[in-house]
Amino acid sequence: MKTTLPVLVAFLSGLILVVSFFFDDQNWLGLLGQELKIWLTIVGGFTLLLGVVSITKVNWVAVKRKKEGWKYKILTLIAIFTMAIPSGLSPEWSSYFGRNDGSVYDWLFQYLMSPMMATMFATLAFYIASAAYRAFRARSAEATLLLITATFVMLWRVPMGEWILNLVPWIDIPYFLETYIMGGINMAVQRGIIIGAALGAASMSLRIILGIERTYMGKG
Amino acid sequence: MKFKTNQLKHTALYAILFQFIINVDSLLAQEAVQEIANSVFRMDRINALVFVLIFSASILVFTKWAREGKSLFLRKIPGLDAIEEAVGRATEMGRPVLFVPGIAELDEIETIAGISILGRVAKITAQYDTPLHVPVRYPLVMAAGQEVVEQAYIEVGKKDSYDPDTVQYVAGEQFAYTATVNGYMMRERPATNIYMGAFFAESLLLAETGNAAGSIQIAGTARPEQLPFFIAACDYTLMGEELYAASAYLSHEPVMLGGLKGQDFVKVLLIVCIILGVLLTSFGYGEFFKSLFTAV
Repeated sequence: MKTTLPVLVAFLSGLILVVSFFFDDQNWLGLLGQELKIWLTIVGGFTLLLGVVSITKVNWVAVKRKKEGWKYKILTLIAIFTMAIPSGLSPEWSSYFGRNDGSVYDWLFQYLMSPMMATMFATLAFYIASAAYRAFRARSAEATLLLITATFVMLWRVPMGEWILNLVPWIDIPYFLETYIMGGINMAVQRGIIIGAALGAASMSLRIILGIERTYMGKG
Repeated sequence: MKFKTNQLKHTALYAILFQFIINVDSLLAQEAVQEIANSVFRMDRINALVFVLIFSASILVFTKWAREGKSLFLRKIPGLDAIEEAVGRATEMGRPVLFVPGIAELDEIETIAGISILGRVAKITAQYDTPLHVPVRYPLVMAAGQEVVEQAYIEVGKKDSYDPDTVQYVAGEQFAYTATVNGYMMRERPATNIYMGAFFAESLLLAETGNAAGSIQIAGTARPEQLPFFIAACDYTLMGEELYAASAYLSHEPVMLGGLKGQDFVKVLLIVCIILGVLLTSFGYGEFFKSLFTAV
């Protein structure tokens, strides 16, 4: 029963969503499909509580047992509740509550969280440099070809580089890169991967709906 | 003279056929599809229905053949073969295994594929008594992940070794999540990092940090824009469909492998359609053929 019921629910839910795709949205079957998608959002909302309990429990245990870095865990707990509690209170009680402009939540988001996320994203530039250094090392004929192509594409992607490439009079290098490298070879490979991935996703969905695949429940 | 008569007949036949193709092509490609699109049943999606039926039938037929014991060849996927070896390395080094099931919600099929692979990885870590750490971005993924990992420990008879905090919710924001996982990598230095699921801008941040920490890294995603980053920074990368094939491949069950062969059969059909489409379009008769594959 522990396996049969989830498989049955997966089969019925999947079947309704697949069949509703072939009917008009205003038909009862189409409406049922939309309803199921709303249920997913509601279930997701309820599980948020699970997340809060998990993060609090893990960090609280680490603080209690004074594990390595426990002081930072205190900061995590303070941050969670400082953000969550005032944003959950009614803005009618105080302008610091709620999530409007000028609230505690808004201030913390604008001046702490947002810059920190932007900083994390900005570090990507350094990671790209180190990854590119490793990827473009000319160790073989293929790697050398990749290095040369990448150099031209990177040059073409910046205005000054494009200007330099346009200095070559006998061949339109930007046109060649756009038409044959990016629009030809690169596009063909990307589409191959996308078609394969789409087929794989459809195949896995069908295996789940038909009850062949049960590994997502830890079975099989 | 006889030869010339035959040649004339053939030429006339080709001319009639040629005219017929042009007429059918222009008639069917234009208005007919639009007129039938407004019924309760979406006739304009009939092509998708035919595709679903062919796909389902091929999966069921190959699964049936697999059940009957027919041998099905499946090519080797080095990234998946390396998982056991990588977990073994972590065991020898006495360090944990980090598994990241992507940063998307559970309604993404890539996340479900990641969770399926997590079950296999958890079985191996349970057998070897290797610590496993699974940080997640969504509580729903956490609930599914906990269920799968617990089931894996039960199946290998080590329920007592299961720690409910193996799968942890760490942060709901993309870069807060990335910062947490990167911090874990640099502090705990896991011997093996496995990334399986949907990844976005954080893919390179995670993979490069793992590389700097000296971990063996196995990644898998169906997003072509993130694949180059994983290929540059990881030891093994599963590309596109390999991610979805992983759970069936690792299970070694004939029934599951049958599903993969059904998928391969449809892929061959699509390749034939693409070649046919290229030829027809190149000669100017591809409108009707292209309309058969138009998604609405």
